[in-house]
Amino acid sequence: MNATVSPDTPIPEGKELWYLRLYVAGQSPRSLHALANLKRLCDEYLAGHYEIEVIDLIESPSLARGDDILAIPTLVRRLPEPLRRIIGDLSNTERVLVGLRLLPAPLQ
Amino acid sequence: MSVKPSMAANQPGAPGEQVGGLARLPKTPTGIHGLDEVTGGGLPRGRPTLVCGPAGCGKTLLAMEFLVRGIVEFDEPGVFVTFEESADDLIANVASLGFDLRRYEADGHLVIDHVSLVGGEMEETGDWDLDGLFLRLGAAIDAVGAQRVVLDTIETLFGAFSDTATLRSELRRLFAWLKGRGVTAVITGERGDGTLTRHGIEEYVSDCVIVLDHRVTEQTSTRRLRILKYRGSLHGTNEYPFLIGEAGISVLPVTSPGLLNTVSTQRVSTGVARLDAMLGGGGFYRGSTVLVSGTAGTGKSTLAAQFCNAACSRGERAMYFAFEESQAEILRNMASVGIDLRRWVDAGLLRFQCFRPSLLGLEAHLFAVQKFVTEFDPTVVVKDPASDLFRVGTVADVSAMLARQVDFLKAKGVTSLFTSLSTFGDPTHAGEQVASLVDTWLVVKTMEGNGEHNRILSVLKSRGMAHSNQIREFLLTGQGIELADVYVGPEGVLTGSARQAQEAKERSDGAAWQEDLEQRRVNLERRRESVEAEVADLWREFENEADIVGRLLSHGSTGVEDRAGQRAEQGRLRRADPDEPASMARISDIQIGGK
Repeated sequence: MNATVSPDTPIPEGKELWYLRLYVAGQSPRSLHALANLKRLCDEYLAGHYEIEVIDLIESPSLARGDDILAIPTLVRRLPEPLRRIIGDLSNTERVLVGLRLLPAPLQ
Repeated sequence: MSVKPSMAANQPGAPGEQVGGLARLPKTPTGIHGLDEVTGGGLPRGRPTLVCGPAGCGKTLLAMEFLVRGIVEFDEPGVFVTFEESADDLIANVASLGFDLRRYEADGHLVIDHVSLVGGEMEETGDWDLDGLFLRLGAAIDAVGAQRVVLDTIETLFGAFSDTATLRSELRRLFAWLKGRGVTAVITGERGDGTLTRHGIEEYVSDCVIVLDHRVTEQTSTRRLRILKYRGSLHGTNEYPFLIGEAGISVLPVTSPGLLNTVSTQRVSTGVARLDAMLGGGGFYRGSTVLVSGTAGTGKSTLAAQFCNAACSRGERAMYFAFEESQAEILRNMASVGIDLRRWVDAGLLRFQCFRPSLLGLEAHLFAVQKFVTEFDPTVVVKDPASDLFRVGTVADVSAMLARQVDFLKAKGVTSLFTSLSTFGDPTHAGEQVASLVDTWLVVKTMEGNGEHNRILSVLKSRGMAHSNQIREFLLTGQGIELADVYVGPEGVLTGSARQAQEAKERSDGAAWQEDLEQRRVNLERRRESVEAEVADLWREFENEADIVGRLLSHGSTGVEDRAGQRAEQGRLRRADPDEPASMARISDIQIGGK
């Protein structure tokens, strides 16, 4: 399932590339659900300037050490820096947006 | 006490031993000194064990040593998952113990996986699980064929995930998964407030729980280990002190709970001939424990030094633990009483270990003594004064430590002599705490009288020998220790100048008696001479008389025959019966002196 989803068109003017990496474990419903949620959000908020890399830890478990992955699914924002990690199946859209800093963090 | 099953049943790969039709729980030996004794063979094989305690108690080290011993001694590869320290820190921290983690990694026996949780809590956007950790761990286990796994400290995950309900269920799943993999796992946890671990993970790891502790009593810290729980196995329930020494962890169970030491009937000279005689001839038993107690300045150290001196003279090695004096001081002081210890030090037969007991804790002290004794392998050990140890810990702790030490020394066949300083008053008091431990107890004390203090020595007890019940005066001379008889008079025991006066008096009384006797002998001789002279006179008188009589007899006829003729004539005249023939030949018939 290791795969890369890239935009077909060049990155629009004034936008920076978002490089996201999603760690999953096989074709579990939770993993598929997470990928679907991620694609939907990216198309909505990052249309044309995102890139998703999906890493299946069942196929390549040694890659888990690179990004210190414990929980599945984990989404890592490689670009723009700084690196950010969020976990879960990305079903809570508001939390995903906050976690990726697409929305400002709510005031505590 | 723990019942120790046969170690053979707990060797790696050995199936559970059949005991009375029941399979005994298979165990994985830790290889940690002493821990396998108190756990009855090791940790439950193929199951997780929780090791918990406060910060700095040695959890990580114990877990790491478990892995390293597994690799080095039992050929069982391991995986160490660290959630706190980085791999580099971990490698550096244990390098001082001789654990070369990089080499084990390079050799394919060890995987160290640092799970970094920096960045704090992660945003949780929906359902998740810990499959990432499972897969990671599984990959590491497969990479080296690990049979031992350490998770240190998994509870830090509670700082990274806010959904603790999910985390708890995932941890439960993790421990079940570890069991399923058949690895023997050690999971560490930091002690919480009123719970064994901060987040109560003892709830999920229930096969074996080991609690470590680190306490400071009277400014001395002691680490302790306790097996809180061991499902399906007997185990020691006490708190066992443990040390982190140069070669890793050492748990100190009582070394010989069964008192199974072999005993020797061989005797070891005390170095004082008279004292050997007091002990029924020959001295102490080899491998026995001797206590010399007494007040200050009674010569306990000198006795100890002479004991060492005697051992070295026989070509044996002696070790002297001094807690109050330095080696130089002891050598100088003993030279002043004619005990030359320097030559034995130079010859390598005598070794001093001088340190203050408060420098080390009790357990470290015990450990140090065991280490020194094991290295030097002496036949004789002196601890001077052992009573200094009572400053380091409570009476109960010190007594327990000494008991272990005595067991250790006895097991090695080492004859040990402890001195004990008692304060003024009853000199037997200081020895009370250790009296039952020792085989021979000598008491030295000073007696005041005639304006002087004199030392006396007595054998208070000596197991297994007909020892003297007499008090001896204990003299420090230019040639070491000498024992002298004491005099018991109406005013009690005489020592020192009173004893010398008594000896002088006896000597003079003896001389007078001798003179008297000589005089009587002379008188008797004189008397004999006079008697003999008298006897000689009498004989001379007798012989004169006999001579005269003999002469008369030889001229015979004149006197007697005339008288007989006259009687016969008278008879004829008076017509009397004829007379018997006269028999005058016998000398006894001769009347001497004209009667």
